[in-house]
Amino acid sequence: MTQSALLVATEISKRFGGVRALSDVSFTIREGEIYGLIGPNGAGKTSLFNVLTGIYEADGGRFMFKGQPLSGLKPHEVAARGIARTFQNIRLFANLSALENVMVGRHVRTRATVFGAIFRNARTRDEERAIEQRAYALLEYVGVHRRANDLAKHLAYGDQRKLEIARALATDPALLALDEPAAGMNATETSALRALLENIRRDGTTILLIEHDMKLVMSVCDRVLVLDYGKKIAEGVASDVQKDEKVIAAYLGGDITLDIKRA
Amino acid sequence: MRPLVNIRHPAVAGIGVLLIAIVLVLLPFELTRIGTAWVRITNLAILYILLSLGLNIVVGFAGLLDLGYIAFYAVGAYVYALLASPHFNVHLPFWAILPVGALVACMFGVLLGAPTLKLRGDYLAIVTLGFGEIIRIFLNNLSQPVNITNGAQGIALIDPFRFGTFSFARTDSVAGVTFTGPMKYYYLLVIVLLVVIVINLRLQNSRVGRAWEAIREDEIAARSMGINTRNMKLLAFAMGASFGGVAGGMFSAIQGFISPESFVLVESVNILAMVVLGGMGNIWGVILGALLLSFVPEVLRYNVGPAQQAIFGRTLLDPEVIRMLLFGITLVAMMLFRPAGILPSALRKRELETARAPA
Repeated sequence: MTQSALLVATEISKRFGGVRALSDVSFTIREGEIYGLIGPNGAGKTSLFNVLTGIYEADGGRFMFKGQPLSGLKPHEVAARGIARTFQNIRLFANLSALENVMVGRHVRTRATVFGAIFRNARTRDEERAIEQRAYALLEYVGVHRRANDLAKHLAYGDQRKLEIARALATDPALLALDEPAAGMNATETSALRALLENIRRDGTTILLIEHDMKLVMSVCDRVLVLDYGKKIAEGVASDVQKDEKVIAAYLGGDITLDIKRA
Repeated sequence: MRPLVNIRHPAVAGIGVLLIAIVLVLLPFELTRIGTAWVRITNLAILYILLSLGLNIVVGFAGLLDLGYIAFYAVGAYVYALLASPHFNVHLPFWAILPVGALVACMFGVLLGAPTLKLRGDYLAIVTLGFGEIIRIFLNNLSQPVNITNGAQGIALIDPFRFGTFSFARTDSVAGVTFTGPMKYYYLLVIVLLVVIVINLRLQNSRVGRAWEAIREDEIAARSMGINTRNMKLLAFAMGASFGGVAGGMFSAIQGFISPESFVLVESVNILAMVVLGGMGNIWGVILGALLLSFVPEVLRYNVGPAQQAIFGRTLLDPEVIRMLLFGITLVAMMLFRPAGILPSALRKRELETARAPA
């Protein structure tokens, strides 16, 4: 299968005061792959996410997404271009129902204005019905439809993570960026998550995955990028990367060799 | 939207609506029996409900703490007063001025919203508080060098609402039933209120309303989900302000006289208290809050004095003092025991799930 580049990052840099959070990070994500982003805590993974999604502005370098530059776009414009994300520390709309959380995700793909809302014309009613049906379908897709009418804050932790994914999928993304989706999940939940990620990929959405659960990363990711102190130290097929000495050193803080699979 | 009472059957709902309609129609006649003042008090209460519903869009839906909301009421009131009074000798009809008032207030809403887009919580509260005061001080001082607002003296002899020869200020008899001025305004206010309630319900349960609530819940997540938070916040300020502007115009006409005195900070705080007490974000809660905080002080005003006379034979404490004391205690108790308000924002259940019952 010939895969074309979906996202090309060229020499992305970001500084916070004197700290270089990202130094000249370059990589390419191909359409249809699951691309892992790993590295020790503080390596700059989440900073990279924030620069990519427009929450931070890069100090240098640029992203090309579907052949278009993302430079200077606001977060909502990045979402409109087709990049959706989840957050490391879950950021759901706590006091809205699970269904409404996903319905908010449809915002960027729908049009109703204040006037449509007030007069409730046929178009607005149709659109509203479509939003609701699509949102419910997405809840089913991630498997939290039984909690559709519960407040997001009352959902179990694992369900909240899945709900965040459903909300992101509601924006019809070409690239889904997940920030540690397996954090805090037990083995069963993680394996369900793996199946979900495979499904999402199969259904045509490319995934960028930050994850600390190496078992998950190694089993699901086609390729992996390793960051340490804001620099790219390795990139490639998962099985190669985990043998890389620099990667092992970064994780274990020395030149001890150890099979990461056991970690 | 979840109804107040969980009534699903159309017949039950129909009877409910009919009963409410009958009560709303007969209310002013009953109130007139107690005293005409009570019709006026009810009219003011409805104005406060309108204001609370407007503020609820900003504070309750979008989560933007606005302590200067009364400024938009003032703008609406002055627009009406200037365009329908002997002050400039302009006498435009009310149906032409009210939209203008709403539009001007709306512009002021954007004017306040634009520089405060990045502020939240306490910081936003302080800026909006300052904005409210600036408007009031302007109204107080715009009598020189060109007399626009007539300063602290205010504007008097403001036209009542008129349709051709039909005036809302005059007492008329129709088929032997006497309608006083305040009663006519009452019916008009009830109609406006019903329209505003419908608008609010529809807004809340729409793409726009969900975007506001998303911003309230988590602004960063809302932006990442593709919501243009700048436009949505400005829209909330503009919508809230225009409701305030309409209420202000009606206040102007009903009172016939306005001055900057009516638009002090305490009024902003009072309206915010109505929203918070009733239940931020819940339209029915906000209405209840506004009704309570409008009527309870009036009931106390008329009863605290006589009650003391009856018990002690003289007035120990000024009614006004006791009123504020009880008011304060009530608010503190509320915040302790029902911090989310009397009717907290309710979870909206959707039918879809039951339609596709889980297998």
